[in-house]
Amino acid sequence: MKIAVCAKQIPDPATPYDLDPDHHWVVRPDDQVLDDTDRYGVEIGLQLAEASEGTVTLFSMSPAGTLQGIRQALAMGADKAVVISDPALKGSDAAVTAKVLAAAIEREGYDLVIAGTESTDGYTGVVPQMLAEHLGVPSLTFAKHVEAADGTLRIHRQTPEGYDVVEAALPAVVTVTAGVVEPRYPTFKGIMQAKQKPVEELSAADLGFGADDVGAAGSGTVVEGVTPVPARQAGEIVEDDGEAYLKILEILERAKVI
Amino acid sequence: MGATIRPGDHDPLDFLGIDALLDDEERLLRDTVRRFVAERILPDVATWFERGTFPKEMAKEMGALGLLGMHLEGYGCAGTTATQYGLACTELEYGDSGVRSFVSVQGSLAMFPIWAFGSEEQKRQWLPPMAAGEAIGCFGLTEPDAGSDPGSMRTHARRDGPDWILNGTKMWITNGSIADVAVVWAQTDEGIRGFVVPTDTPGFTANEVGGKMSLRASITSELVLTDVRLPGDAVLPGVVGLKGPLSCLNEARFGILFGAMGAARACYEAALGYARERIQFSKPIASFQLTQRKLVEMMVAVNRGMLVALHLGRRRDAGTLTAEQVSFGKFDNVRQALEVARTARSILGANGITLEYPVIRHMTNLESVYTYEGTNEIHTLVLGEAITGISAFG
Ligand SMILES: Cc1cc2nc3c(=O)[nH]c(=O)nc-3n(C[C@H](O)[C@H](O)[C@H](O)COP(=O)(O)OP(=O)(O)OC[C@H]3O[C@@H](n4cnc5c(N)ncnc54)[C@H](O)[C@@H]3O)c2cc1C
Repeated sequence: MKIAVCAKQIPDPATPYDLDPDHHWVVRPDDQVLDDTDRYGVEIGLQLAEASEGTVTLFSMSPAGTLQGIRQALAMGADKAVVISDPALKGSDAAVTAKVLAAAIEREGYDLVIAGTESTDGYTGVVPQMLAEHLGVPSLTFAKHVEAADGTLRIHRQTPEGYDVVEAALPAVVTVTAGVVEPRYPTFKGIMQAKQKPVEELSAADLGFGADDVGAAGSGTVVEGVTPVPARQAGEIVEDDGEAYLKILEILERAKVI
Repeated sequence: MGATIRPGDHDPLDFLGIDALLDDEERLLRDTVRRFVAERILPDVATWFERGTFPKEMAKEMGALGLLGMHLEGYGCAGTTATQYGLACTELEYGDSGVRSFVSVQGSLAMFPIWAFGSEEQKRQWLPPMAAGEAIGCFGLTEPDAGSDPGSMRTHARRDGPDWILNGTKMWITNGSIADVAVVWAQTDEGIRGFVVPTDTPGFTANEVGGKMSLRASITSELVLTDVRLPGDAVLPGVVGLKGPLSCLNEARFGILFGAMGAARACYEAALGYARERIQFSKPIASFQLTQRKLVEMMVAVNRGMLVALHLGRRRDAGTLTAEQVSFGKFDNVRQALEVARTARSILGANGITLEYPVIRHMTNLESVYTYEGTNEIHTLVLGEAITGISAFG
């Protein structure tokens, strides 16, 4: 089985990133890391590939200069990576990202595409579904368990109550929720081998896109403004004089919790 | 990019920007070990320390990751650079010196001599399971009456037909009671030689040393060898003389000079966090000049020691590192780390004496690190001889 895993490199979440004041785009530093939520997709991809003697190819649209996050996923065991990197892609919105990824995945061939439910920097959460639309294949979402065999994809889709069992014919796109498997550590051997694994770098033109099709020019989305999250209000402190439980009950009742 | 750097722009945990001196692969390896330590070591290490145990099962997890014998080539080993090995030691010792000791002993003291001086057969038999953590090794050099002066060891091996017969006692042997194989150094008619001793050989016993107040999350044992009969091919063919064990120690010390900075960083981080939050006299204790002095001394020591380590790592990878330069690193980085730990302990006040915080654990651990692998005094004499040409030993 040929498994495509979408893997995004994002600014290190440990160091707060800046937004460019004109367009409100995330300013991408030279050093980017693998989006933590994508480690789950990579893990599930690797498990399915191991079970089916398949391959895992990573797809990432990413500014040039950093491959650190991609190397991490290769060190975990992915076979190769396709990185679409082009100054013309700067400012691409979710729709353009999906279009570009779809073109790269189509070009490579695939049986299954795995993506995270949403990235940890942009949080649009719509790329995988748009990608499926571009590829013209079914899209299953919020998988906490994935099986793929005999041309069928079967997942447990997370719901507030539990899960639904959902099936689709392969090829298909599936999004996996974070925290559902324990992503493996890249082994030292994997890390040493990762630098020898093939990383194909493609430009927008390689995928047949003109400058107007992609980037800010090709994107319909404009971020009009950004508002900081209001600072959290200080909590209410109840001193226990032996009767504090009454006060707590009152607060809980007021909040309609009890 | 903005060229002006404001005071608050400095990363208090990487003040000199040492991170930028690492390449992507080094960072990935470091981050992987950091994650492993955060997820698999830190949640439980205080309990191991309190109970005085090291869970043997950890060996397999460490093996799977590639931590065991990581800097060796072939035979199931990962084949990292020396700098990468050092960075892994820093992260492991950020967790606990005992955990790093396990990895040092397995890789540098038990696997390394087999890898460097062993026969092809010894390598094939022992290195792959040791790299995987399925077989645990120990290194028996020190004796009750031979510590800093290992040349005075009394353990000896004599020929008996084609076999060897070993007798003697080894002391302070890390992993001794959990080991499957011991590399034991003994006097022979030809000089000091190394023996690969499966620990189930009749006449071999290991007794755990109790009552330790340091390195408690690590097993330390006495090895007693009573007429241990070994086949002729149990000897390491590739080396005769004290340079055999000393070359192993040189490997391990290299890891320690990186490792100590992990313990120091953990103490500094804990103290910095604590000092910012602990309020006395209506202010965070970090606002007192005396505390700031302590924090700054710690920060400087951690950054400087890390630079020394990285520099020695680069020299090692370039093939230009001398044993005396390793002594420099072991001598200074460990004493600095101990000083950082003690200072951190004082900043934490009473909380500094509990296992709730990592500080006292590191502080007492570092007392062992100060002594083993060449005491601080012995490395002083090595450096003294290196710069004066005069030996002051004995
Ligand atoms: C937790 C732990 C684990 C260990 N693990 C191992 C292991 O796995 N394998 C192994 O073989 N050994 C191991 N050791 C032993 C360790 O290497 C020795 O403790 C160390 O070499 C010092 O020997 P000693 O304790 O006998 O001290 P001594 O050599 O008796 O030294 C006592 C003091 O005298 C000083 N001194 C000695 N000679 C001189 C001199 N010429 N000039 C100035 N000062 C001097 C020393 O610096 C020290 O301060 C371990 C020790 C500890 C504490």
